[in-house]
Amino acid sequence: MDLSFNAEEIAFRDRMREFFTTEIPPAIRDQVQRGEHVSQEQMVTAQRILNAHGLAVPHWPVEWGGHDWTPVQLYIYQDEMQQACVPPPLGFNTNMVGPVIAQFGSEAQKKQFLAPTANLDIWWCQGFSEPGAGSDLASLRTTAIRDGDHYVVNGQKTWTTLAQYADWIFCLVRTDTKVKKQEGISFLLIDMKAPGVSVRPIQTIDGGIEVNEVWFDEVRVPAENLVGEENKGWDYAKFLLGNERTGIARVGVSKARIRRIKQLAALERVGDRAMIDEPHFRERVAAVEIELKALEMTQLRVVADEHKQERRGKPNPASSILKLKGSEIQQATTELLMDVVGPYILPYDDHEPGSNEPPVGPDYAAEAAPTYFNWRKISIYGGSNEIQRNIVAKAILGF
Amino acid sequence: MDFDLSDEQRLLKDSVDRMILNRYGFEARKGYRAAPEGWSREIWAQFADIGLLGLPFTEAQGGFGGGPVDTAMVMEACGRALVVEPYFATVVACGALLRHAASEAQLEALVPGIAAGERVLAYAQIERQSRNSLNDVMTRAERDGDGWRITGDKSLVLHGDSADTLLVTARTAGEHRERHGIGLFLVQADAPGVTRRGYPTQDGMRAAEINLVNASGEALGDPAEALPVLEQANDEMLAALCAEAVGVMDAMHAMTVDYMKTRKQFGRAIGDNQALQHRAVDMYVSLEQARSMALYATMMASEPDALERQRAMHAAKVQIGRSGRHIGQEAVQLHGGIGVTMEYAVGHHFKRMTMIERGFGDTDSHLAALARLGGLIAA
Repeated sequence: MDLSFNAEEIAFRDRMREFFTTEIPPAIRDQVQRGEHVSQEQMVTAQRILNAHGLAVPHWPVEWGGHDWTPVQLYIYQDEMQQACVPPPLGFNTNMVGPVIAQFGSEAQKKQFLAPTANLDIWWCQGFSEPGAGSDLASLRTTAIRDGDHYVVNGQKTWTTLAQYADWIFCLVRTDTKVKKQEGISFLLIDMKAPGVSVRPIQTIDGGIEVNEVWFDEVRVPAENLVGEENKGWDYAKFLLGNERTGIARVGVSKARIRRIKQLAALERVGDRAMIDEPHFRERVAAVEIELKALEMTQLRVVADEHKQERRGKPNPASSILKLKGSEIQQATTELLMDVVGPYILPYDDHEPGSNEPPVGPDYAAEAAPTYFNWRKISIYGGSNEIQRNIVAKAILGF
Repeated sequence: MDFDLSDEQRLLKDSVDRMILNRYGFEARKGYRAAPEGWSREIWAQFADIGLLGLPFTEAQGGFGGGPVDTAMVMEACGRALVVEPYFATVVACGALLRHAASEAQLEALVPGIAAGERVLAYAQIERQSRNSLNDVMTRAERDGDGWRITGDKSLVLHGDSADTLLVTARTAGEHRERHGIGLFLVQADAPGVTRRGYPTQDGMRAAEINLVNASGEALGDPAEALPVLEQANDEMLAALCAEAVGVMDAMHAMTVDYMKTRKQFGRAIGDNQALQHRAVDMYVSLEQARSMALYATMMASEPDALERQRAMHAAKVQIGRSGRHIGQEAVQLHGGIGVTMEYAVGHHFKRMTMIERGFGDTDSHLAALARLGGLIAA
């Protein structure tokens, strides 16, 4: 047993660190570090730099730009990227639809989609959730009815993240209503510019526009945009959701946030001393750091486990722990940051276009409350924490 | 990075687990506790037979050359079964002190007896006023020819009543809480001037109050500068204690999940209720977080940078304390009435866990200490 990185792993880490901190424009990384909104253009810029150096999709099959790295290398890549505040490649592209197309898609689909997906020439969004199908995803009701060479799609998706930027949407649609609900679902790729597709933004409590409703009204989709077999979409969806395993804890993100919290707490004064010198506050930060270190070790255990042959390619139910703890810790950092900012969490920036009003209070105050409000989503999306508990109860504890 | 055990470690783990499984059931443990010393000499001899008592000493010293990972495996097994023999006192605590402080000649004189199960040791460090400070020492040692004369009161000495030999901290110079001036001394428990009062502890083991009046002692290492050694050894004790705690927690969690699957109320297993399943899952998450931090502590136990090592131990002890309290309280609650009886194992695990949380620095003191050191992540 040796829980430290070996010489090659350390060399790999240094190489990643060097790359992320020198090749990605500092302005973008600073913005991420400050917790500010990253524009569509900045995300595209960052992903294209990564892709140009073969670092956008290292976990994909080698044939399509992947590297056949070990799980430990993939972990280091992710951790260093997060700690360097590099905007990660768009997950809908690189972790979700890309691996599904690479695994189950036709040769024509692979040729058409994989390279532009890696390079973010195509921006994908995810059409899974519906108003009546959240945690109970298989209850989805959007229909796709075969009509000659096309499917005709009708229905509504919701919580569609960044649909306003999307060129394409990958959807779960119902192609058979007469069978068990999981068995009548197909995985369909739909051009967002197709007639009958409309997007309505949903404003979240932080004031941001991130999620949307996507409506399909008699949308005609070429049959060749079906991925894999008809009515096998649920299997592909499970593959997709099981694919995002170790990144879900976002340990590197929380490390970077704690660093920033400490830096800002050294600037804020409480009476005659810096906030960082308040024993109670320090202990609260230390308590989160301990949970984070434990989570990092848990994550490394999961990563090491993936080395083992019998685990390869199977979702590890232990990743539910990573989601549970990872979300709690990320949310805890948003509370700590608000506590550092103190009374200046109050002003709300309503993003009036063309406004030249200076921010009220310190420049780091503006994002504290919105991030707290926005990040409540983390324990809700990607299988809510209650669903994760159901998974552990069944798969690990045997209830 | 590699979390796998070596072949030797796997063999050791198998033999420990097998022995515990065969010999250390809940009823058997009651019998061992009823022996005059509060633990079983027969079990102790078996520990010696499978090489556990010489584990942390090098082969040249008469031991088996085990490291922190080996100790952690044994301690986790001890925790699972609530072993009451003086393994922690003799092999872990005094073993660490001897390895860091004793001369070759002293090791040669002591280790074979320890490894054979013929000599039990106890660490006499705590005093009435010291709480968890290693440098709060009022016991005095005065030079007497080649040796030393030790006078003072030592408290809460784990297995101090059955020990043959005591390792006693005493001040040879300096003021009450000064870091300088502390020594570590070897005192024979039957030496003139040593008076012991043994008593049972909350967790089913034994401890003693020990009074020393001009008791003859032999210095281990520098008689004025033992503190760094005490700190290094203390960190190794903490790592081992964390591993034991994981065993205790693991057992409580497993018992609780089993109980939830078999206990029927309202015509079905109580574990069919989602509300209760989720509580068992939260216990599991606490357990895995604790297991991770115990591994971290094991890995950091031999870290030469004292500050980094201490940060890790503070962090691990906090995690162990929090996870242990959560799992222990929930295990008792989910068992219902049977959980608060002496007749059933889970309450005994809960008691041991409660003592581990307060021993060697409680959760609050370790959290405060880590916070003072600036936490784990540099700003």
